Amino acid sequence: MPVRVQVEEFDIAFELATLRAGDPRVGAVAAFIGTVRDVNDGAQVATMTLEHYPGMTEKALARIVEEAKGRWDLYDALVIHRIGTLAPMDPIVLVGVTSAHRGDAFAACEFIVDYLKTRAPFWKKEATDAGARWVEARDTDDAAAARWLAPSKAGG
Amino acid sequence: MRDTIAATVSLVYLARLREAFGASHERVEPPEDVRTVAALRTWLAARGGVWGIELAPDRAVRFAVNHDLAQPDTPISFGDEIALFPPVTGG
Repeated sequence: MPVRVQVEEFDIAFELATLRAGDPRVGAVAAFIGTVRDVNDGAQVATMTLEHYPGMTEKALARIVEEAKGRWDLYDALVIHRIGTLAPMDPIVLVGVTSAHRGDAFAACEFIVDYLKTRAPFWKKEATDAGARWVEARDTDDAAAARWLAPSKAGG
Repeated sequence: MRDTIAATVSLVYLARLREAFGASHERVEPPEDVRTVAALRTWLAARGGVWGIELAPDRAVRFAVNHDLAQPDTPISFGDEIALFPPVTGG
């Protein structure tokens, strides 16, 4: 159950192959990749700098993955989140899960992303043509996470 | 007499709050009646200035106690590491 915070770019193919390697039970691998957009809230984004809270971040991500494993039938899960300064189109985060079937894999992957966006201690600061600014949290992210509050096992 | 070392908590300020407060951390000695996250917030806001502004009741501030997300009624104890930060924006 790897959870990593790193400056370096990740190799998506390698990470997903490693996640899935050696487990013939796996019938589904679902992955989400978050990337930097060039425009946010009406301003051109030149770069984005991500900071986190060392010590809490890993604990929070591991807890989210454990909760996903409790809700769906997963074999493994992976979260890699980058920190430091990134440019538009750079990958920020990779979430991958393996399961026997796609239903559990899709749902668990989306759940992990939704919870990560509202519970893992990362913050983005954008350098825009209008100056530097901290990205504000979105109500839509809270709403997305709230959808999962009623626990349910996904159907087969 | 209280032990002045044991009677402290470590505060950590992150992201926008670190910039607003002009510090990344400090050690404080809360009074005896400050025993929850909500009470700590009120106590720090009473410093006034940027503290009063950033920690006003209508401002969205999140707390973590010893690396776990906390609620207003989460108890705090001497020796805890208590982080204050804006709503998270990762992913």
